[in-house]
Amino acid sequence: MASWDVIVIGGGHNGLVCAAYLARAGRKVLVLERRERVGGAAMTEEVFPGFRFSVFSYVVSLLRPEIIRDLELPRHGLHILPLESTLTPLADDDYLAQWNDHDQNRRELARHSLRDAEAYDEFGLMLHQMARAIKPLLGMAPPDPTSLSLGELRAMAGLGRYFRDMKKEHFHRLTKLLTMSSADFLDEWFETEALKATKSASGIIGTLLGPRSPGTAYVLLHHYMGELDGVFRAWGFAKGGNGSVSAAIAGAARAAGAEIRCNASVANVLVSGNRAKGVVLEGGEEIRAKTVVSGADPRRTFLDLVGEKNLPAEFVDSIRRFRFRGSSAKVNLALGELPDFTCLAAAGIDRRAALRGAVSISPSVEYLERAYDDAKYGEVSRRPYMDIVIPSMLDPEMAPPGKHVMSIFVQYAPYHVNGGWTDARREALGDAVVDTLAQYAPNLKNAILHRQVVTPADIERIVGLSEGNIFQGELTLQQMFFLRPVPAWAKYRTPVRGLYQCGAGTHPGGGVMGASGRNAARAILGAA
Amino acid sequence: MLKTTPFHERTAALCASHAWRRWAGYVVASSYELSHEREYHAIRGAAALFDVSPLYKYLVRGKDAARLLHYVVTRDVESMKVGQVAYTPWCDAAGKVLDDGTIARLDETTFRMTAAEPNLRWLQDNAAGLEVKVEDVSESIAALALQGPASRAILEEVDLKYFRLAKTKLGGIAVTVSRTGYTGDLGYEIWVQKTDALPLWDYLIEKGTPYGIMPAGMLALDVARIEAGLMLIDVDYVPARKALIASQTSSPYELDLGWTVNLKKERFVGREALAAEAGRGPQWQFVGLEIDWDSLERLYAEVGLATRLPAMAWRTSVPVYAGDEQAGYATSGGWSPLLKKYIALAHLGAAHAVPGTQLDMEITVEHRRKRARVRVVKKPFFDPERKRG
Repeated sequence: MASWDVIVIGGGHNGLVCAAYLARAGRKVLVLERRERVGGAAMTEEVFPGFRFSVFSYVVSLLRPEIIRDLELPRHGLHILPLESTLTPLADDDYLAQWNDHDQNRRELARHSLRDAEAYDEFGLMLHQMARAIKPLLGMAPPDPTSLSLGELRAMAGLGRYFRDMKKEHFHRLTKLLTMSSADFLDEWFETEALKATKSASGIIGTLLGPRSPGTAYVLLHHYMGELDGVFRAWGFAKGGNGSVSAAIAGAARAAGAEIRCNASVANVLVSGNRAKGVVLEGGEEIRAKTVVSGADPRRTFLDLVGEKNLPAEFVDSIRRFRFRGSSAKVNLALGELPDFTCLAAAGIDRRAALRGAVSISPSVEYLERAYDDAKYGEVSRRPYMDIVIPSMLDPEMAPPGKHVMSIFVQYAPYHVNGGWTDARREALGDAVVDTLAQYAPNLKNAILHRQVVTPADIERIVGLSEGNIFQGELTLQQMFFLRPVPAWAKYRTPVRGLYQCGAGTHPGGGVMGASGRNAARAILGAA
Repeated sequence: MLKTTPFHERTAALCASHAWRRWAGYVVASSYELSHEREYHAIRGAAALFDVSPLYKYLVRGKDAARLLHYVVTRDVESMKVGQVAYTPWCDAAGKVLDDGTIARLDETTFRMTAAEPNLRWLQDNAAGLEVKVEDVSESIAALALQGPASRAILEEVDLKYFRLAKTKLGGIAVTVSRTGYTGDLGYEIWVQKTDALPLWDYLIEKGTPYGIMPAGMLALDVARIEAGLMLIDVDYVPARKALIASQTSSPYELDLGWTVNLKKERFVGREALAAEAGRGPQWQFVGLEIDWDSLERLYAEVGLATRLPAMAWRTSVPVYAGDEQAGYATSGGWSPLLKKYIALAHLGAAHAVPGTQLDMEITVEHRRKRARVRVVKKPFFDPERKRG
């Protein structure tokens, strides 16, 4: 007898979103989380006494507004703070700043290029239109163009009409976005190197590709989607760190009646007669349910938890080919004082104003491409790309009064590093990051009280993301839409009846977005 | 010439936006930064410092001080303890609201009353035959509101319950601190002699900086007070003294302030009319509205746009409909960046005011008047435990 309607494997944000929707629909839901806390990669931890870190994922950029509304996340404690400027320090104490205020931003861009200052607004409008064009795809289970089923055909026809109604130049542009490299795409718009580099960086995050690799332009758009909502502001920094996003979703799930068990590691999914019957925990406890949903990534779900013997061979083969190739690391610093970026002092800019936004180490496209070159051949970038935020500037409670925490996203740090990840390599990565940054902010080294370095191998070990890929599989075109994770199985279902997937390894993919969890819940509810 | 507050030397230097607003003949900052957004988030996430000096302040002193106020306002003042603060409206003889503010009992025979409008004459006229002196201290007393979850930590030496007040020293400066405010959050208001205003400002900024304190202006405050469901004179109601026609006036019951009307008091201004109204029930109710997102999104999608939301709180009268019939009107509204909801405060005919009632509110989309679905909800929209805790 199944005592639960649904078991959700993994209390990451997608698993929790899925559980919350299912519980709200009246299902009896049990979430099983391996670790001592929920959140998966969206979690906050007091790594050093008084210093709290969003250890892994560190901003909210794509969390779906409908999820915030449906689950009433603000009522459960979600407070998203604006994160609105980007500072790109350059050589010789120069810099490029992108400000939220239109006039301030234009003036700064004009300092670098009058043409770019003008193109900037047009570029923003174009991305807005492109993001709007692609947005309906996020909320739906992606239709498979090869399928001849009536529902699929209807969905495809709907999409077809949608694209047919699109203005011609929009369609052309969208096609370009889907096929070009982000650097090439940006070359069509801008001439300022630092601007192109900083913008193209969002096209490479989480992939083992460089800004000149084809297909990266789309990822740029994927990240822009978060900005589409304008004043809704679903993007920014979650007060309390990203763990508070997970806590709010967990709160919503519990309020709807879901049960969440931590320290409950699933050893395998019970399958009999090609049907999921429940799960077995490490330690042998068997828990039965009518439906099992896995928030783990496709490799862990199918190869570890379900097992090859329960799956068709060609499906297993496709799962094996699904690419992870984690390429990023995190360096988390506890600081006794704010870093002094010399470019700010030189320009007379109040550092408190500039450091409330992000700092991007992306001086030129060539810099990024060279960083990628190292990774291509299995090395950590000697001069890596970094995306830095100082959460304590936005939420002082993240650090003791007057002190700071700094979160540094680092790329490239390939999972498949030559010789494998060792403690020495981890520390060398930390040193490379601090050395690079200290060139722009010389007081940094003395300001560091504690340092935590998280490699892709650490991400895999601690959170369970295969190869440390932050998106549960690379966000590249051949692994998106109806191809994610595997052609013909992109709609949250699996070859095992009663087994579903709800992680970022499914459409529409990674980021603290929750769309996969919500779509999966809808697929499950629709099937029942 | 507009007056400047005792904090102007500091606030002017900080006001990067050059956006000022008039308040009771003074200028105060609308926002300090170019956008009020971060100032708003400081209220809800850290601490915000407001210059609220333009409030009218009266010192009411003498043997009959309690008697006078007990008679003028709708709440029970005589049973207030020393150190207690009470929010209250006061009415004319017809039971229509003249103004609203706070009354603080500083000692047995001394009260401080705050008001949005001048009230000296009203207080003095009602004091005939009583042993009481009313002094307008609006100019000599400066005031700051420190609001937000970190405000308690910043005022570490102050330990006050909700709506209580104490005389104390902050950085050596003699002040009165009350656990009050206009944000619906944990917060305090600090009252100081104007000669000590600048050192107090400096002390609070220095003390608050590690906690993320931000000077904040009226735009941010407006969003917060709507979330807190707090009405604003001249915006959400017309004070009876300014009403040109009777229908412009409102009773406390019609403003959702029935809880402040103490009919057990034998005599107070407006008692008879209010007792009668309490018997028959008010015609109007002052409620919260939540604008339905999907309905709003549809209106914009029809013209090919992403949903637009007001970037600032609005304060205009907007019709609200029940079917074809006008059920009332909203007087303030805006997007709550915290709740991620479009909310409004509205006056509705009593029949339409039950929480959960679905109505329509007018909204202009691309120059055309449309209607979006709204739902009547209980105020306040945001009510964190820390407010009273």
